[in-house]
Amino acid sequence: MPTMRERFIAVTSDLLDSDPNVALILADIGVAQFRETGVVDRHPGRVVNMGIREQLLIGFAAGMAKESFRPIVHSYAPFLIERPWEQIKLDFAHQGVSGILVSIGATYDEADWGRTHQAPEDVPLIATLPDWRIHIPGHPDEVEAQLRAAASDDSNVYIRLSTDTNENAYLTGGPGFSTIKTGSGDAPTVIVVGPMLDVVTRATADLNVTVLYANTIRPFDSETLHSVLQSPEVILVEPYLEGTSTAEVSLALQATPHRILSLGTSRRENRHYGTGAEHFAAHGLDEAGIRSSVTEFLAQRVVV
Amino acid sequence: MTNANSLNGVSPETGLDYEDLPRLMTLMTGDEKHSFSATSTLDVLWVLYSRVLKIDPGNPENPARDRFLLSKGHGPMAYYAVLAARGFIPVDTLPTFAQYDSILGKHPDGQLVPGVEIGSGSLGHGLPIATGVANGLRARGSGSKVFCLVGDAESGEGSGFEAIAMAGRLKLSNLTAIVIDNKSDSNGWPGGISSRFAVEGWSTADVDGRDQGAIYEALVTPHSDRPHVVVTSVEPDA
Repeated sequence: MPTMRERFIAVTSDLLDSDPNVALILADIGVAQFRETGVVDRHPGRVVNMGIREQLLIGFAAGMAKESFRPIVHSYAPFLIERPWEQIKLDFAHQGVSGILVSIGATYDEADWGRTHQAPEDVPLIATLPDWRIHIPGHPDEVEAQLRAAASDDSNVYIRLSTDTNENAYLTGGPGFSTIKTGSGDAPTVIVVGPMLDVVTRATADLNVTVLYANTIRPFDSETLHSVLQSPEVILVEPYLEGTSTAEVSLALQATPHRILSLGTSRRENRHYGTGAEHFAAHGLDEAGIRSSVTEFLAQRVVV
Repeated sequence: MTNANSLNGVSPETGLDYEDLPRLMTLMTGDEKHSFSATSTLDVLWVLYSRVLKIDPGNPENPARDRFLLSKGHGPMAYYAVLAARGFIPVDTLPTFAQYDSILGKHPDGQLVPGVEIGSGSLGHGLPIATGVANGLRARGSGSKVFCLVGDAESGEGSGFEAIAMAGRLKLSNLTAIVIDNKSDSNGWPGGISSRFAVEGWSTADVDGRDQGAIYEALVTPHSDRPHVVVTSVEPDA
């Protein structure tokens, strides 16, 4: 199975060949891979490498968008989202234009490169902005569906690629949660985001829970959450900073008594290298840690 | 689309000219802190809008227009006065400056003001966007030109230097930057501002920012294989 990034490169190259309005703006990262597909040579005016200039990466893309191009902008998450944060805020929606940001290096994908390349804060940052669609794909097929959908509309879209993938894809290019498992009676609801699905499924396999899968976390699918809700307990599992979507759950359930367990990476700096799996375990996001947190939370259930 | 070069200093839309601009600026009160900043741009803006830019006040979104991006968004009173003189906005809009329902804020908003290409105020955003606009126009085969006005203090922003370097590498001959040098940068520019552009392959011109003839000549100087910068010096703190 190709990786999410390999699928992104193939689909983006196809979009560049088939749609003269699509542009690709890079900052060195990915240039070699796109050279291999030939698009760098075939579309020199629309495939532009900024070099290591990430503020310009965003401003330049916004300028292309002002001339009616649909820019796809790609780099590592900390350099695509965190470093040029103000450019994202002001140069796209504020100027009345839009683009597609596609990152690699999700959370601890590049843990052995240290804190500079660990990026659990990108999604909460983007989520502060209005009207951004945020995709957290869990499978390469989902990447393709989301990217093709994004290329065909004029929304601001963030697609967060990861080296972690799930076994199966849930194909939707747009918003909406998928129901993976329906519990019985007063089953709590688990909302699991992107590449966390398989580990959460294993961790809760023998528990009576309803599992919703979200590969699009903004807009937040309040309607589906309401439709499956059987008990006050909601467990949110996100592969980035803990609590990122807690307010969305609270807003969705503001008229419904509820309790929330929000799992994600903690705010403490885990000053280690190693693997992503080791870092996720350190934050209690491995199978054992998730199961422990969920069972402890459910042991405190209250009758409303 | 009117060719501004034929206006001879008088706006055909309103009959107003350069001599009317100070009066128009006095209609906007409440941002006296940036009065110097506003007046520093006055002559450049008038030359641009009366003699250089290919613009269409009746159709501000005309695709064939030249693009002008005011990156130095501080003190936009001169900008609004010029836009009013050219008929992009009614003169009677000017006294609403900075009011809650006004389209005219202390920093301009491209989504509110006809003829304004970008919202600005946070420094260092305009030139990167202008670089993308210039590349986009070139990719479209358009003959439109892009002009971007920045301040000398603003030129300390790293994002601007990223754009200066890249515009030079891309040889964006449809791009002209204008730097208003009112010596407001806290640490100065040893060797001169234009040298920063020259080393990245831009053609450069340094002119008196109050000499409208010199400004015009510098702005229309051919630069067929590279971007161009015009550094206009005005009195300190102007």
